[in-house]
Amino acid sequence: MSHILVANEVTKQFGSHTALKNVSLEIPKNSIYGLLGPNGAGKTTLIRIINQITYPDQGSVYFDGELLKPEHISQIGYLPEERGLYKSMKVGEQALYLAQLKGLSKAEAKKRLKYWFERLEIGDWWNKKIQELSKGMAQKIQFVVTVLHEPKLLIFDEPFSGFDPINANIIKEQILSLKENGTSIIFSTHRMESVEELCEYIALIHKSEKILDGKLSDIKKAYKNNIFKIGLETDNQQSILNEMEGKFLILSQEYDSKEKQLNLSVQLPSNESGEILSFLGSRANVNGFIETIPSANDIFIQTIQNKNIDNE
Amino acid sequence: MSKLTLIIKREYIAKVRNKSFVVMTFLSPFLMVGMVLLIAYLTQLNDNEKKVIGVLNESGYFANEFVTSDATSYINFKDISLAAAKDSTVSLGFYGLIYLPNESNLEQVAQRAFFYSKDAPSATVLDKLENSITSRLRQERLRELGLSPKEYAEMDRSYNLNIETFDGLQNIKGINEIKAIIGGAFGYLIMMFIIIYGGFVMRSVIEEKTSRIIEVIISSVKPFHLMMGKIIGTSLAGITQFAIWIVSGAILLFIGLAIFDIDPASLTKGGGMAPGMASGANVDVDALTQNIQLYAQEIFEIPIIAMLVFFIIYFVLGYLIYSSIYAAIGAAVDNETDTQQFIFPVILPLMLAIYVGFFSVFSNPNGPIAVAFSLFPLTSPIVMLMRLPWGIGEGGVPMWQLITSILILIGTFIGIVWVAAKIYRVGILMYGKKPSYKELYKWLKYS
Repeated sequence: MSHILVANEVTKQFGSHTALKNVSLEIPKNSIYGLLGPNGAGKTTLIRIINQITYPDQGSVYFDGELLKPEHISQIGYLPEERGLYKSMKVGEQALYLAQLKGLSKAEAKKRLKYWFERLEIGDWWNKKIQELSKGMAQKIQFVVTVLHEPKLLIFDEPFSGFDPINANIIKEQILSLKENGTSIIFSTHRMESVEELCEYIALIHKSEKILDGKLSDIKKAYKNNIFKIGLETDNQQSILNEMEGKFLILSQEYDSKEKQLNLSVQLPSNESGEILSFLGSRANVNGFIETIPSANDIFIQTIQNKNIDNE
Repeated sequence: MSKLTLIIKREYIAKVRNKSFVVMTFLSPFLMVGMVLLIAYLTQLNDNEKKVIGVLNESGYFANEFVTSDATSYINFKDISLAAAKDSTVSLGFYGLIYLPNESNLEQVAQRAFFYSKDAPSATVLDKLENSITSRLRQERLRELGLSPKEYAEMDRSYNLNIETFDGLQNIKGINEIKAIIGGAFGYLIMMFIIIYGGFVMRSVIEEKTSRIIEVIISSVKPFHLMMGKIIGTSLAGITQFAIWIVSGAILLFIGLAIFDIDPASLTKGGGMAPGMASGANVDVDALTQNIQLYAQEIFEIPIIAMLVFFIIYFVLGYLIYSSIYAAIGAAVDNETDTQQFIFPVILPLMLAIYVGFFSVFSNPNGPIAVAFSLFPLTSPIVMLMRLPWGIGEGGVPMWQLITSILILIGTFIGIVWVAAKIYRVGILMYGKKPSYKELYKWLKYS
């Protein structure tokens, strides 16, 4: 598989502070890649290196197979976390200016802006000044400006901050449709809910180092520990539990005597569920059986905790 | 269109569209001209007001001295005591009372004469009275010496020393003051421009930081381009503003003078100038009219073309140096109140240059202090321009000094812009802290 971006052992130092330490990443084309990590981990520094705002002390970055160079700027779109617009400039003028800075001709920029403004139903804002718009409205303009020059790679740093749920959803749909059209997307955040919905790949950066990366589904598989949630309808829960004690590891249990419902959480020695299913099937009515897949959030917290323990 | 042109255009348009900028541009000429006209008008008004002065003359002299004129009326009191005359003066609302006692001779009368008034009398009134008495005294003394007034006038004829340079060029008094005014005006212009528009550059950088657009732009253009675009765009807006000021100011002044019928010459006499300049302009008016041709010739001798060329060179380099420092300051801080500690060291050399110019260059344009400060890069744009009206080459600024000064300035320009660009590049992405000088130094080492 070809990659839109490859970072090779990138190290960046600010005085005595190491912002990135030997970070290597491979970001596949036409995917949404989650760049995760707590605040101050080094995500923004990495993104700024990709945008050539700063340069790595060591290591190299390749964009679409070539060593990163100034011409690539026009093929990258970047929505920074710390973002804003000129307050006293009109929306249309400002969008045109920023689009031209990305290398679009004035006529082309105007055409595309018209299209996007209609798509997001904000056409009548053209002559308004930014200071007259609400924060959410300004964020929409910011989004349009970021994607307008149709870059191969889009980088969104906390794109949903400042949006209400409805508009966040609109933007999420736009991001997904951009991906459908072949754009590769880096998505940097510390909010895990959105990661689950959007990202195919993730990398976890913690204290300047990459501590985990890969396909989200693979990582989840690797992180699950054969825990199953089981629901049983039974009268004699005590005898079933007694019988199970010896055979399986029960993590939690609760019984609703009115509904005659027993809910269990059980860890199995392997992924094999045949044995426990046949055991339970002969003794009670199984009305729930599902493997617990760790959420991105669980993985995030668990990995960082493990890392901290290792370091101590 | 290149990115730099785009940035310059935006900065220029943003600046000239700014409401306060527009207001300042069109209001300032009115304010300035209005002030000059007001001062001139008030001076005339003051002079025109007719003053009434009571005269109590108990002596046998001064029968013809205190005669009513356009500016002053004299009312004679007769056969009353001094106390009664004072009371009458007050009750009649006169400006004051001149009292000439009865003495044995004129000198004694003059010695004992008094002027009484409600407040301290104005200098003009006092001058007039003193002149009247002095001329009468002189008449009397001449008579005692047996000289006719004609003989006296002959004796008192003024004398001017002929002056010439070693090259045989004729020289005239007062031309140095005119040169000082021209040099001072150029130097002052540069200082004002740097302080006003450097400040604009700084505020514009701070605005980009606080509105958080900076990172959006930096991902499209190099910080250095943004900084230079901002500096150039702002200065173009500044030049536009200056041009409008000069043109509209000149037009307004002419219209104003025509409407109020004010003699322009009264402006130079009437304190319309800054004190420092007024002393320089204190040229003998008679000599001026006599030598007007010579002056014109001398002013012609000032290398106007060369001065304009060097003005542009020094102006551009000086402005670029200072405004890139201003840009770096703007990038280092989060809001304008934090700029104070950095601004002062920037303004200091500018002030120093102006002071050195007024106190040292004008009295000794080629002295060691003038030379040193016209070589030192942070003061040379101002000090060198103040020296230039004395010419280039012999008698004026030696060529080697001019070239050295410009070379040092160019070197400094490259160095300072490099340092400022580094601070700018790091600073614009640092939010929420007020850096120390030590921290700024650390930023220089970031790659």
